[in-house]
Order: sequence, then C-alpha cells, then structure tokens
Amino acid sequence: MSALSLPEVSPRRRRTDRIMRGVMLAATLLALVPLVLVIFYLLKEGLGSINGAFFTQDPSGSFFGNVGGVRSAILGSVEIVLLATVIAVPIGIGVALYLTEYGTDSRFATVVRYFVDVMTGVPSIVFGLFIYISLVLSHVGGNFTAWKGSVALALLMLPIIIRSAEVVLLLVPASLREAALALGAPRWRIIRKVVLPTAAPGLVTGSLLAVARGMGETAPLLFTAAGASGLTFSLSQQMNSLPLQIYNDVLSPRSAIVSQAWAAGLTLVAMVLILNLIARAISRRSRVA
Amino acid sequence: MIPSETRSKEPTMSTARGPVPDQEEAAPDLSAMGERRAGHGITVNGLNAYYGAQHAVKNVDIDFPANEVTAIIGPSGSGKSTVVRCINRMHEEIPGARAEGSIKLDELDVYDPGVDLTAVRRMIGMVFQKPNPFPTMSIFDNVAAGLRLTGTKSDNLRERVHRSLRAVGLWGEVKNRLNAPGIGLSGGQQQRLCIARTVAVEPEVILMDEPCSALDPIATLKVEELIDELKARYTIVIVTHNMQQAARVANSTVFMLDGEVVEHAPTNDIFTNPKDERTERYVTGKFG
Amino acid sequence: MGTSTTTAGGDRSGLERSPLSRLPDRALSWGLTSLAILILALIVFFFIRLIGESGSTFSTFGISFVFGNDWDVSRNIFHGAPLVVGTLITSGVALLIGVPVAVATALYLTELCPRRMRAPLSGLVDLLAAVPSVVYGLWGVFFLAPKLLPAEKWFANTFSFIPWIGGGGSSATPTNYFIASLVLAIMILPIVSAISREVLATVPAENKEAALALGATRWEMIRMAVLPYSRSGIVGGAMLGLGRALGETIAIVLLIGDAPVIGHHLFSQGYSLAAVIANEFGEAQGIHRSALFAAGLVLFVLTLLVNIIARAYVARGSRGMRVGASADLAMAAAESRS
Repeated sequence: MSALSLPEVSPRRRRTDRIMRGVMLAATLLALVPLVLVIFYLLKEGLGSINGAFFTQDPSGSFFGNVGGVRSAILGSVEIVLLATVIAVPIGIGVALYLTEYGTDSRFATVVRYFVDVMTGVPSIVFGLFIYISLVLSHVGGNFTAWKGSVALALLMLPIIIRSAEVVLLLVPASLREAALALGAPRWRIIRKVVLPTAAPGLVTGSLLAVARGMGETAPLLFTAAGASGLTFSLSQQMNSLPLQIYNDVLSPRSAIVSQAWAAGLTLVAMVLILNLIARAISRRSRVA
Repeated sequence: MIPSETRSKEPTMSTARGPVPDQEEAAPDLSAMGERRAGHGITVNGLNAYYGAQHAVKNVDIDFPANEVTAIIGPSGSGKSTVVRCINRMHEEIPGARAEGSIKLDELDVYDPGVDLTAVRRMIGMVFQKPNPFPTMSIFDNVAAGLRLTGTKSDNLRERVHRSLRAVGLWGEVKNRLNAPGIGLSGGQQQRLCIARTVAVEPEVILMDEPCSALDPIATLKVEELIDELKARYTIVIVTHNMQQAARVANSTVFMLDGEVVEHAPTNDIFTNPKDERTERYVTGKFG
Repeated sequence: MGTSTTTAGGDRSGLERSPLSRLPDRALSWGLTSLAILILALIVFFFIRLIGESGSTFSTFGISFVFGNDWDVSRNIFHGAPLVVGTLITSGVALLIGVPVAVATALYLTELCPRRMRAPLSGLVDLLAAVPSVVYGLWGVFFLAPKLLPAEKWFANTFSFIPWIGGGGSSATPTNYFIASLVLAIMILPIVSAISREVLATVPAENKEAALALGATRWEMIRMAVLPYSRSGIVGGAMLGLGRALGETIAIVLLIGDAPVIGHHLFSQGYSLAAVIANEFGEAQGIHRSALFAAGLVLFVLTLLVNIIARAYVARGSRGMRVGASADLAMAAAESRS
C-alpha cells in the first residue's frame, strides 16, 4: 500500500477564492457607504435648522428676512398622501382580492396582472403627466389642486399595493379557505372573516411601504398639486409638500434656505424611515410560516 | 423495496431533436480507468457530531477496509448519513454543525487543522440521494466539472470524461449526445452520470448516501452492479435504508442506532446471525 | 345551515341559499371585476391621451424629434436626441456601476454572510431605496458633486486617450453625466440586489453540495452551481433596474446640468427626457408643451419595452429551471419592499 498524500490545491485557486470573497464583502460595505453618508450629511447640515419656527411657520418665500419654516410642506405632504392612501389602499386590495379569489384561472386575470406589473415600471413623472392631461387640462374642479396630486400618487402606489397584497393573500393557507367553504360559508364572508384577518398584517405592511414611497415622490406633484407656500387645508387648492419644498429650495441662492432644505430633507427621511421600520416590525411580528 | 420516484423525462422528449433510441447498453467497464490500483481504507475514531446542541453521532469507531463495500444501515435518525458526511467534511457546511474526532484516510487525518478542505473532498467523493447533475451543464460538462477545477485541459479532459462514462457503463447510452443537457437523462442515468462525475477526479473513497432511494428497481440494479465493479478501484461506503440492498452489495455492514454503532460485521453474519439483540430486532423488521 | 327534509312543497331552503344571501357575493365579484377592468381602461385611456397631446409634435418634426440634435426652446425647434442620448447614457452608466455591485452584494448576503448578520445587512441595503429621490438630489448637489469633481478631473486627464470618457478634464463641470449616473446607480442598487437575492435563494442546495463535494472552493461553487442557474433571473432584475433608471427624474434634473446638448464627454453636462419635462413644463406653451408630452410618450414607451423584456426574461429563467416558488411572485415581494 503506497503512502497517501493529499493532492496539491493550487495556490492560485486559493488566492482567487480569497480575493473573490473579499470583493463580495467589499461590495456590500461599499453599498452601505452612501446610506451612511446621506444620513450623516442630513444630520450635519439639517439638524441646525430644526427649531420651533421650523415646524410652526410656513416658508416665507421671500428673498430677505425670515425664511420661515416648513409647516405647510409637512402638513401638505400628510394631507396629500393621506388622501392618496385612502384612494389607493381599498382599490389596491380589492384588485388583489379579485386576482387571488376570483381570477386565479381566468385569462382576464392574467391580463390584469400583466398590466399591473407593467404599471410598476411606469416613471413617476409620467403619472403626473397622465393626471395633468386628464384632470388639469380639462379644468375638472379647478386647475392645480391637491386632490389631483393625490390621484397621481395613488396611481403610483396602486401597483405596489396590488402586488404586495397579492403575495400576502396567496400566503393565506388554502386549507383555511377550504375549511370555511366546506362549512358552506359564502365567499364574501370567507373573505371578510378568514382571508382578510389572516392577511391583515401583511396587507398593512405592504400599504405602509407604498405610503412611504408616496411620501417621497416629487415628480407626480409637479404639475398636479403644484405646490404653494402658504398653509391651506383645502384639497381643492394648490398645496405644498415636503418633496416639492425641498426641490424648490435646493438651488436657492440663499444659504439659509438651503440649510432649511437639508432640514426638510431630514424630516422627510425621518418620516419615511419611521414608516419603513413600523412596516418591518409588523411584518416580523406576524411571520406567517 | 423502497417505492421509487417515477422516471424523469426521457431524453427523447427534452432534446427536441426527435426520438433517439437508447444506444447499446454497456456494462460498467472499470478497466477504462487504467491499470488496477489498490485503494485506501478509512478509519473513524471517536467521532462525535453535533447539530447545534443536538448530539447526533456518539463516539463512533468504524473501520472501512480498502477496496470493500461497507454498508451502514439503521432507522431514520440513527446518524448514518451524518457519519458519512463527516468523512468528507460536508457535515460542517450546515450552519451550526460541528464534528470532533479523528477520521483517517490511510495515515492522513482529514480533521487535521493543517489539511485543506477541498483536497479532502477531492480524495473522498460523494454521491447523493437525489441525483443532482448540474442543470445548466451538458452531459460532458457535468462529468468534466470536477476536472476543470484543477485545470485539466482539452485533450486530457476529453479522454478522462470518456473514460469515466465508460467506467460507469453510461458511454453506450450517451456517446452520441454528450452535449445534451444532463438533466435530460432518466433518473437512473442521472445517478450514474453523477457517479461518473465523482469518479472522473479519481478519488480514493466514494461515499454514497442512499444512492438508489430515488430510483426505480431496474435503475437500482444497474447502480448496484456498478458498485460491485467500483470496489475494485475504490473504497466504498454506502448508507442504505434497504437491507436487501446491503445484502446484495456490501462486504460488511454496520448497524447504527441513536447515533451509536451497535454492530459491525460481515454482511452475511449481520443478517443471519446478529450478535446484538437490537440488530436482530431491526433486521427482522420488528422496528424501523 | 341545517339539513331539512324536503316537504311536498319543495321547501329546501335549508340546503339552498336564497338568492338574497347570494347577493353580497355576486356584488363583491362584480365590484372587484369592474375594479380590475377600471385599471386596464385607465392605462389604455392615458396612453391614448398622451399620444393625442403629442400629436402635433410628431406631425411637425416627425422622426427628427427622436433623432435630431437640436433642442432649442427659443426657436421652437424640438429635436430631442440630446434627451434620448442623455437618458440612455445615464441609465447605461448607472447599470454599469450599479449592477455588479448589487449582484456582488446579493452573492455575499446569500452565500457568504454569517447567518446572524444576513437579515440586518439585507435590511440596510434595502433602506437605500427608502431615501427619496429629491434627497439624493440634494445630497448629490451639495456633497457628492463637489467632493468628486477633483477626482473626476484627475480621471479625465489621466485617461485622456479613451474617447469620450477621458480628455474633458479641463471642462469638467460639477453637474455632469457621470455624477448623475453615479447617484442613479446608488438608487437602483437596492432593487437589483433585492431581486438578485430572491433569485439566488432559489438555487437548489443539492447542486451547491455537489460542487463542494467535488472539491470546489466557495467561489468555485458559486461559479459552477449558483451563477449559471440564476443568470436569467439576475438579468431580469438588472433590466428592472434599468427601467427604474430610465424614468428617474428629480435626482437627474439636479445633477445632469440640464444642458440641451449631447455632452462631449462623460464629465460634461447633458439632459434627459424626464429632466426636460420637470424643468420646462411650468412655462411651456403650444408646440413646446406638446413636445414635452412627446418626450413623456417616448419615455413611457421606452420603459414599457424594457419592463416587458425584463419580465419575459425572468419568466423564461424560472420556467426552464423548475423553480419551486414562483420567481415572479418573489420579485413582487422584492419590489414592494424597495
């Protein structure tokens, strides 16, 4: 019996392995660098401008004197997105229900699903254009109004809600549905009492993520809600919003306004992050197998 | 007999070139691999394996003699697969799993800290329960996969691939469609393809973890016939649920229960004259 | 719902639901179906209106709208090649930079990362998608662009022999194609990475084991068993990233320089379809406005095509590979997360 020795593993192979592993780790760290830098600079440049006036005053829009605050922007954002959510969530979940409960085999459902998929790829500014053409140009209920901005945002949020809701609804165990059907329960009751409650956490998560997305959008609002400085609660007027305010202020010659833009950015990111974190917390707490 | 998985798609359907009848079926021909050479045995000493906190293999000592087929039988959860996966150090690929003890291939301890994992796995090949040819690779590329890792080049590569296919008796069936996808073969052919892939890199030992449990009876017989031929060149360890299979192919058999070795004896003795009462109860079908 | 014996009068109300109780069900089915029809109708309607509004542009300029190089608002000439070229350049460079990093990140997170770190790190990468576009623009304008300008100049000067990429060192501006592309790359990274991760997770463990059992190193295993299997899905994910890049507006308009020309090199200014709409829509009248609609139409069609091809690619990949969970559904989950 000859003495046994292990085959040589070429050092080149070992080196390649080490290098590639390093590359992949480096890429991951690299990917996180912008996140850290963005948050760092938001805090560094924006924190200083955050004070009482920031939240209680509206942007003054003037070249001299007090820059004011971003009150109208924050409240406007909340209002516009709230309305958009009220529009998009029921419709979105409704369509998702259609796709999962009634349309699993039909050709029509496949077409709908395809169109929804396609909608996820539509640029946000194109949604703004759509609403502009159909609602603003035709002067339906005014020119630029907040509610038209909400509709544009709702269009943007819709496919996100539909797709994530569909995923969640499909996760509801078929056995639950079948058990209820076997007991003779009508479809709508099954949906109300079995499907929706089971899927609720996932539906909420998906909706929150869509809301977070909607909060951050500027382009759809450019020619729909169009922005304003002053505070208004009327949805049938032009309304300010945080992304619009920031966009307007970025290229301002006044450094005080630019600082305020940073602060507004910080506020916006904080709001979006909180929504994201709540969504994840809900999703984690209710892991459906 | 273990109920087998239905045969996967016949190659005729997947290559979309019209029906290709199976070529003449050759018997495995180990001489294709070259002159006879003696194999090397494995000695397991004091092996303990864990999945996290679960102690799955308890102080196991087994001698796997060279150029012999040793079967490991036992009920589910007895640790037989774990032992085998420790031999080629695949066990530690599972997150949270670890093993300690000594496993010697000849004089080489595969658990020696200075030892290179990939070299160990080169020396100790493995055939899995479910045939797993690489789905994106052709028949040729599947067999060549291990060879390409060490930079074996074209002519040498081609020769060794053909050799391995001959050795497992698959050559006649695939020689005209080496570029067809590996997954287009039937289940039994896929498994022999995987064996060819393993054999191509010329290991010393071949570990088989229930290699026939997903195959139909005819395919099983072909693989068993192949195992019988393979032991001339390799040391073979086969885990099996099927006692008749152990009886057919193995020189000696190990019976494991609850992570421990209960008995290790020549196959005939284990089945006709077991020394331990638990062995007797298992082989007569009283449990497991 | 108890059973009842049928009486001579045929009263089987116990077993049969009254038409009235079936009403909510039918109403629901009807309602939901009409909702779905509504969505379809909406998209078609918008498409038609958009075509309508851009009509005068195409009748005036014809194909030069897309291929002609002269976007001059003052002379009412709208040949949009600078827009199309700028869109393609920024998206292309963004892909070039972003996709490799995204895929490498996805590989690390699925194959190499210690299990405990996997969820937190993935979550952090996904968080990149939560930052609004206007904030990326703000950060890009005031931090990244000035910070990188010296490096960009150095690069252009050192590699001046490469056409278009180099040679513009002296005329490099803070806002340019490159910086817009870089920020765009950061923005598409999370979605490409998320989709890649889902795709990589579907690789059968048995193939990975087979590779390792042959004596492959970790990287060799990835090369042999993981990447070939996931190729279609990853390409699909990259294309979805492309779709996102093509349509990005605010970050681009703040970082590309908004010059209605085809920039001479990577570090000069340019324009894009989305940016021109955002910039010029406010004051546009007549033919100018129609031209902007036409730009929107071109953008819409472009992103539509890319999206359709992308999804076909992913579907093809998953069909051929006997993937367990539908890759498409996994993609939906990934997309809704970003």
